[in-house]
Amino acid sequence: MASVAIMEREFAPIAMEEELTERESPVAIPGARILLEALMREGVDTIFGYPGGAVLHIYDELAKYQHRLRHILARHEQGAVHMAEGYAKATGRVGVVLVTSGPGATNAVTGIANAFMDSTPLVVITGQVPRKMIGTDAFQEVDTVGITRPCTKYNYLVREAGELAEVIHEAFYLARTGRPGPVVIDIPKDVTADRVPYHYPDTVQLPGYMPTECANQDWVERAVAKIIIAQRPILYVGGGVIHANGSDELLELAERLHLPVTPTLMGLGCFPSGHPLSLGMLGMHGTYWANMAISESDLIIAIGVRFDDRVTGALDKFAPHAEIIHVDVDPSSVSKNVRAHLPLVGDAKSVMQQMLELLSPDICVASAGGHSPWWRQIDEWKKFAPLTYENSNDVIKPQFLCEELHRLTGGDAIIATDVGQHQMWLAQYCGFNGPRQSITSGGLGAMGFGFPAALGAQLAFPDRQVIAFVGDGGFQMTAQELATAVQYGTNTKIVVMNNNYLGMVRQWQELFYDRTYSAVGMEGTPDFVKLAEAYGAVGLRATRPGELSAVLERGLSTRGVVVMDIVVSAEENVYPMIPPGAGLKEMVLQPS
Amino acid sequence: MRHTLAILVENRFGELARIVGLFGARGYNIESLTVAPTLERQISRVTLVTSGDDERVEQIIKQLDKQIRVLSVTDLTVTDHVERELALIHVSAEAGLRRQEVLNLVDVFRAKVIDISETGLLIEATGNRAKVSALLRLLGGFGIQEMVRAGTVAIGRLPSAATEAENDSAEVAFGR
Repeated sequence: MASVAIMEREFAPIAMEEELTERESPVAIPGARILLEALMREGVDTIFGYPGGAVLHIYDELAKYQHRLRHILARHEQGAVHMAEGYAKATGRVGVVLVTSGPGATNAVTGIANAFMDSTPLVVITGQVPRKMIGTDAFQEVDTVGITRPCTKYNYLVREAGELAEVIHEAFYLARTGRPGPVVIDIPKDVTADRVPYHYPDTVQLPGYMPTECANQDWVERAVAKIIIAQRPILYVGGGVIHANGSDELLELAERLHLPVTPTLMGLGCFPSGHPLSLGMLGMHGTYWANMAISESDLIIAIGVRFDDRVTGALDKFAPHAEIIHVDVDPSSVSKNVRAHLPLVGDAKSVMQQMLELLSPDICVASAGGHSPWWRQIDEWKKFAPLTYENSNDVIKPQFLCEELHRLTGGDAIIATDVGQHQMWLAQYCGFNGPRQSITSGGLGAMGFGFPAALGAQLAFPDRQVIAFVGDGGFQMTAQELATAVQYGTNTKIVVMNNNYLGMVRQWQELFYDRTYSAVGMEGTPDFVKLAEAYGAVGLRATRPGELSAVLERGLSTRGVVVMDIVVSAEENVYPMIPPGAGLKEMVLQPS
Repeated sequence: MRHTLAILVENRFGELARIVGLFGARGYNIESLTVAPTLERQISRVTLVTSGDDERVEQIIKQLDKQIRVLSVTDLTVTDHVERELALIHVSAEAGLRRQEVLNLVDVFRAKVIDISETGLLIEATGNRAKVSALLRLLGGFGIQEMVRAGTVAIGRLPSAATEAENDSAEVAFGR
């Protein structure tokens, strides 16, 4: 089976007439070939894509590279970009997408915007009509650079084949450095046919782009001085710690000073969920004790976070007693929503290393010892309002599903989610032991993200347990990627939390619109077991609590693609919850 | 408060659209915008006048600075600087006393007559915003047929430039 060979990730080079993989070719070669050579120089092994007219030259060339550059054919360009994002989030490498002009590019926009909001490094190559046809409303022409300008870190329209190598080199550099993000390269069809000599540049020329690595040392010293004397300090940490690969430093910082740690949704896994210093997620559906600790803290050490509205609640009520130290690589994130008293612009890992160097063992012991009353207070909050739900013998509670998933995977699986209730319950009840395991759409909140993102992560790690945890609504947005999952022989597992509602919208309609359910019932949902089977995957279903463990166990251990349709209680709500416009201390703990 | 920003940006395809788009997308205000290449042809200088409270302007500057091809952003408002505008004004003025009154105004405002016909004058005026506005207000009484005003350009003052400073304040006085 051809797909098995691909899964083994052995890209043995085959003999080619003009084997390149060098930095340059004095002989003129077509732009399409320059593109692929440049991708190889950047260490790319997988491209997620979908062909079309404007990228025909590239696909023709790609056929000659198929043993060194794996192409994954998605079933929709949005799926391709989400896959690349899952791949990038799981590996820390740059995800690569190749789509055609016009609809290929517009279909990719949701994925690109998602990557932009969540700072995921991507290089998205879009075809464009030939140069002489640009501006003529040609077939499948769209102003891709114009459309993607506000949702990319940077974008390019390549105007001649001679600039391709430089543009690609810059694009990868921009995508992965500083605050990572997606970069779009729009390439007119005739540019991919033009032949020019190839030279891969050694350096990039970007005089206006200088991401900061270390923060100003004086300011770090001032920050550390504040940290060691704080009475009620808290570490508020997010995706920036994961991008910077700073989990080890975070663990050391927290343990040495005995600091409570609360991650954002994007930060899940950057600190082990089961660690005694972890307070769980904060924010709208965060834990009571994490939100109380932020609210009563006298010093918030915010690292790689952006004070998103889903975290802060009402800004005028946010952390009224706290001084704020804000570490972020992006200066525009600092003091954007909440003013930082001590801004430390720099890479999260590097700045934490700077901090750790200033912390001698005796200082740490003295400082940590002073936090005992603070921890007693946090433990009281924890006892006062633990995460809880009423389990049932008749119907599967979604929280129970998440707990079971955690029990069966031990917190070691890579789990990608969509957006909505299931995403919040998973964050509450299913911990992650390490970084790059939780893959979710945070900023954009794009339903349909979870399954293709899981697939992308699975393609990067064929042997790891990778699960798409999705709702019945979101799954139907990108379920066509089941074909992709099957075609490439993956082991991706899809757990559908099926309540037959658009659950989070329904919850808001119940709570804030007098239970007027408007367009949230999902009548006409297909039989997911049959759907799986139609794609050549395995379908399983659990409808009663007694069946759940057996179905999950069987599903997770069956080879190949498995869809587990888990029918859960329909009108369950996510609690605790901070109502819109309220402060963190105004959490609603239980249904009234 | 009104802020005048000097932005140096690589002179490349699409970079101005990126800056203007940023203001549109984030709901920032552009009062005026002027762009031209600097002595180094590959670098353009944008003079952009915007407004907002300190926090908003801080965020505007950070967002501009974040642009990959933006080399520097300077808030001239917080430094000693000179701002100039240019206006071309077609004013009705038939030969006779009224024309003489217009010419007197041109003289007082140190503007220039750059074209003339039986019925009107074309006047070129430069100065800070207040001066140009004052001239326009006074010429309004004669009947302005057409007018075009360029965006503000601005530059920092020399380290010691007392004379020029006096000149400028004299111009401000004209405008009030």
